[in-house]
Amino acid sequence: MNKNEIIREAKTCVLLFALVCLLSLAFPFFVTFVAENTMPYQAHGSLIYINGTLVGSELIGQNFSSPGYFHSRPSAVDYNGSNSGGSNLGPTSAKLMEEVRQRVEKVRQENNLSANATVPADLVLASGSGLDPDISPASALLQVQRVAKVRGLSESKVKTLVEERIEGLQFGLFGQERVNVLKLNIALDELARGSKR
Amino acid sequence: MSPEFVYVALLLGVLLVLAVPTGRYIAKVFSGERTPLTPLLRPIEKRFYSLLGIDENKEMSWKTYASALIAFNILSVIAVFLLQEAQGWLPLNPQGFGPVRWDTAVNTAISFVTNTNWQAYSGEQTMSYLTQMLGLTVQNFLSGAVGIAAAIAVIRGFIRKNTATIGNFWVDLTRSVLYLLLPLAIIWALVFASQGVVQTLGPYVAAQTPDSGEQLIAVGPTASQDAIKFLGTNGGGFFNVNSAHPFENPTPLTDSLQVLGMLLIAASLPFALGAMLKNRGQGRAIFASMMVLYLAGLGVALWSETNGNPLLDHLGVAGGINLEGKETRFGIVPTVLFAESTTVTSDGGVDGMHDSFLPLTGLVLLFNMAIGEVIFGGVGVGLIGMIFYAIMTMFIAGLMIGRTPELFGKKLEPSEMIMAVIGLLAPSVTLLLLATLAVVLPAGLFSLNNAGPHGLSEIIYAFASACGNNGSAFAGLNANTIFYNMTTALGMLVGRFATILPALAIAGSLAQKKIVPFSAATLPVAHPLFVVMLVGTVIIVGALTFFPVFVLGPILEHMLLGAGRTF
Repeated sequence: MNKNEIIREAKTCVLLFALVCLLSLAFPFFVTFVAENTMPYQAHGSLIYINGTLVGSELIGQNFSSPGYFHSRPSAVDYNGSNSGGSNLGPTSAKLMEEVRQRVEKVRQENNLSANATVPADLVLASGSGLDPDISPASALLQVQRVAKVRGLSESKVKTLVEERIEGLQFGLFGQERVNVLKLNIALDELARGSKR
Repeated sequence: MSPEFVYVALLLGVLLVLAVPTGRYIAKVFSGERTPLTPLLRPIEKRFYSLLGIDENKEMSWKTYASALIAFNILSVIAVFLLQEAQGWLPLNPQGFGPVRWDTAVNTAISFVTNTNWQAYSGEQTMSYLTQMLGLTVQNFLSGAVGIAAAIAVIRGFIRKNTATIGNFWVDLTRSVLYLLLPLAIIWALVFASQGVVQTLGPYVAAQTPDSGEQLIAVGPTASQDAIKFLGTNGGGFFNVNSAHPFENPTPLTDSLQVLGMLLIAASLPFALGAMLKNRGQGRAIFASMMVLYLAGLGVALWSETNGNPLLDHLGVAGGINLEGKETRFGIVPTVLFAESTTVTSDGGVDGMHDSFLPLTGLVLLFNMAIGEVIFGGVGVGLIGMIFYAIMTMFIAGLMIGRTPELFGKKLEPSEMIMAVIGLLAPSVTLLLLATLAVVLPAGLFSLNNAGPHGLSEIIYAFASACGNNGSAFAGLNANTIFYNMTTALGMLVGRFATILPALAIAGSLAQKKIVPFSAATLPVAHPLFVVMLVGTVIIVGALTFFPVFVLGPILEHMLLGAGRTF
């Protein structure tokens, strides 16, 4: 290759790079435009407002620790919505096992379980994202007795509330059965308000 | 059969149904034949060439092709680095992020350009929207396209005869983006967005939660980056936890589309090879070898992970189910399927924390990466890696029967063998040397999150991921230090260019040779015997190179776990 050819190829290289950058930059703008205009709810983060106040996102888990609410899974980042993370502790980690031991004990105490009752894995093991919005149906049902007692509601009513909110497998095949904790607790608040009236 | 296994079978079935026609489509695109998208895209493509002064019929020798590829990558690294340093002064930065630390920025630039997408930083805490869109999303397209271009050039080496040229890099690059990655990415991005993947340029939002005060929720243009992150086997996520994040992977459907996305093009390329060789059986044999290895790994990983953790079982966790680091909406089987797929394809996106998998699951993931990402592999480079193994296989077989080895109708001589061995061994040797360095230096050990054999696994995983251009991590290891940023960057460069450059050299050398007619003495590729030999070669090379270190890491941990030891 002579000098002129090298210069020409170098020019092509820079121009092509610039042009591809522009085109590729158009792609996220295009997707943003289409998404914000045809599916604004999802595009903006599936945000839930109550009386005009933003209370969270349907998809982003948050911390519920009061006894009158259904509790979320443990989170390695304390449900920090702008810094996701897991514990990254391995299967032989002494630290993990100690944490799990304490959590199991706490779940048993809070929910009036026997000292050797098994507890659902999701309720004592931290999620990958630290922002898991869901718990398993078993974990939700296990908390019914406690929540009903604290709220002064009948157990059967609270149980029905949970059962109505169990999301099945997507298309009957994909993923796991689950309960969205934020949506369940919002419904719980509504139920409690309704019964007081 | 449980729905989970029906799900796995269904997903792989859909992959097969899509991969065959996609492979033929790819072959047509790069042979310049008419495709259904040609009427729409051909005018744009021509316009593009005339604007840039590219003569699409002007072919390149392998050396010119390689020089163009390297120049393009150097330019990309510089651009992505500068963008990260300048993001504080540039628009689309609602959170007001300042310049990225220099060593992180160097690492990230190399990481995205080499299609690794190793992420030492936390996305939502570090990168402005402009950096994510103009730096990272753009490189997701380009690095994937570079890999596809290289694979096509290698295929041309086999199908051409008596010529010095292997195609035009600029044309191959343009076609990869225009005909393949962009149309698929638009479809994937919009489906993702409809399922809840966030896509907005607005600032992070503050929520008043019912029970725990204020929660600041990170948002951003995620769906667009998410789509190409899988189709280009990049894996670079928008958020810190990648596709475990509910905004990046909100439903089981998006999860399955992400698995499908990362496998699709990589699994199509063997069929493209078959179509271009005009011998579909040979393409099928390469695909079959990959599928056998994929299913074997998947089987071991599923067996390991569904068995649960006996330590958790003792503590009263129902069934000892290892949900640590996994999301409720996916559960065990889909997370393992994702992990197996992301490590074989060099994607590196994750929907659960690999660090928290059981030891033997981790072993499978390590093996997938350490053998060089050849089970489907990164788009383009996976096929290249498998061709290296095929050359090796034919050489060994040739020695056994006392004939000059041939592959796809070309005689293999010492120059091809040398290049194939460089391509196979350079990343492995670099992996082991860098890991050794990390184990003996305080700077390496300082970053560990887990003790005992799992700590060694964390280090090995980091360098296997870097040298295999994967990008997933045992993320407990704090990799955002000068030591790890520099060493993994070196690993990524070796992993990428010690694969692509020898492959182009092989292509250049083969293109000059004549085609040997198929005879009774030719060892047929389109035959189960070849599949067995190829799979055997991959396993033996992997086992010989990495067995000692695997014993000290995951295998030892598995045994100690059985004995109830913790660290």
